Amino acid sequence: MKALGPILAVVAAIIALWYAAAVPMNIQEVLTQAERAGAVVEPEGAMNRRDVSRFALVLKNADHLAESWSMERARLPAPHQVVKELWASTWDEEINGRRGIVKSGSLSNRSLIYHGSITLGATIVGFLIGSGLGILLAVGIVHSKTMDMSVMPWAIVSQTIPIVALAPMIIVVLYSIGVEGLLPKAVISAYLSFFPVVVGMVKGLRSPDAMQTDLLRTYGASKPQALWKLRLPASVPYLFASLKIGIAASLVGAIVGELPVQRGGLGARMLGGSYYGQTEQLWAALLFAAAMAAILVWLIGWIEGKTLRRMGVTP
Amino acid sequence: MNQPVISAAHLDLTFQTNDGPVHALRDVSLDIGKGEFVSFIGPSGCGKTTFLRCIAGLEEPTGGTLTVNGLSPDAARRSRAYGYVFQAAGLYPWRTIGGNIRLPLEIMGFSREEQAERVKRTLELVDLAGFEKKFPWQLSGGMQQRASIARALAFDADILLMDEPFGALDEIVRDRLNEELLKLWDRTGKTIGFVTHSIPEAVYLSTKIVVMSPRPGRITDVIESTLPRERPLDIRDSAEFIAIAHRVRDGLRAGHIDD
Repeated sequence: MKALGPILAVVAAIIALWYAAAVPMNIQEVLTQAERAGAVVEPEGAMNRRDVSRFALVLKNADHLAESWSMERARLPAPHQVVKELWASTWDEEINGRRGIVKSGSLSNRSLIYHGSITLGATIVGFLIGSGLGILLAVGIVHSKTMDMSVMPWAIVSQTIPIVALAPMIIVVLYSIGVEGLLPKAVISAYLSFFPVVVGMVKGLRSPDAMQTDLLRTYGASKPQALWKLRLPASVPYLFASLKIGIAASLVGAIVGELPVQRGGLGARMLGGSYYGQTEQLWAALLFAAAMAAILVWLIGWIEGKTLRRMGVTP
Repeated sequence: MNQPVISAAHLDLTFQTNDGPVHALRDVSLDIGKGEFVSFIGPSGCGKTTFLRCIAGLEEPTGGTLTVNGLSPDAARRSRAYGYVFQAAGLYPWRTIGGNIRLPLEIMGFSREEQAERVKRTLELVDLAGFEKKFPWQLSGGMQQRASIARALAFDADILLMDEPFGALDEIVRDRLNEELLKLWDRTGKTIGFVTHSIPEAVYLSTKIVVMSPRPGRITDVIESTLPRERPLDIRDSAEFIAIAHRVRDGLRAGHIDD
């Protein structure tokens, strides 16, 4: 628990920075509202304030600053507002809401739990496809010079295309052949997550040194035997490092895949929040996605620890 | 000595490198009979390890002939004619000691009962009974190397090739393992090829000492040991032992003058 102090210090610093940033970010709207309510602000009139720097406005109107942490639809909502929205759109919505799981028997389409579960489904399916494909490609690349020369460059090129540009095309193409719903999003997730797995697994499968491969040669072992008995077990630590990157990338892919479709999911929720100026909703969805990613990565780390202990590699 | 187990005649091996050809072996001729303990000694670069790798079929000679059990080294390798012990134990960290010894047996397709039986037997042979379920990191360096010898013995090849197996161990452990190796050789009657750069080790262990020198790698002297088969550790203080060690040292020095 020695780490607790530093961790809390960093969190406190981030929150403090966030509160501080909210003041200049929201000052224009704060002053407009205050003026409308009859307060005297400097300078007068929204038009006159438009070209004044935010920091100058902050300095001139010190007595209105607290309001920037309680604005509705603030440009940058304060942390407590986001936390309130998080609570309202998870626990409160499901337990007390008319559409919540308690009253209606199914998850509310306004809750982050509902949207998160949609994203999670696509993330997991995409991650499984992506890492499976990644492992297969890596095995091929390690065993065939031709595949190494022909597949690896394309794998690298595939990652240089911005996914936001590619995602709508994948969705449109798959829709035109009758595939919609979870699968197109999973395909985008897989597209992002296969790459770290390929790179990590190629390195892992090649990690046994010359002596270890020579040893198998003295036994007259076949290539599949070398793969199962030496290369695959030796690559396990590399695999887990890749899977941690892969699952986070999968989540990003699923969210990006939800942006153009708007049929639920955290991506849809984020875009909705940004369309309608619901910044609290946007931030709440962002934090929810971040928490999901953290849990998923932690989960992989937990499986990694268990596996390595079982393999006897770590005490 | 009837039909030699390993027979090399005018063996050449040249590596092509960016700095031009390197003559790892030149005109190496040697016969090793059944049950002999042959040490290869020389400074680094003299080709002693390369010669051992040629016998094992891990390296392809560029000239001359080499047979193992009357077969080409490659065919001998595929017929599992030898066990090979490397400089480092190289045990798989994800397998127990028993699992490591089982590795060659799994690959060669022994039945489960046979595997268990052989693991037990070879562990006793190297004095590691009771360590079957331990993982390599739980063992000392010397014990790991013994386990790797057990791994090479598990499938009962007639030839044991050892490439500086005790080079990374301290003097005391090395002495004990040398003594145990001699006992093991006596009990099993295997033919052993042993690479070392320690003169006392070579003299203590061998029935035949092959002195090699570098650039190009070649044999400068072959010494038939006159020491008895039964060798307590204090034989190293005997006049006979010192005389043989002296001849080895002379051979090594002669190789250097040629430079």
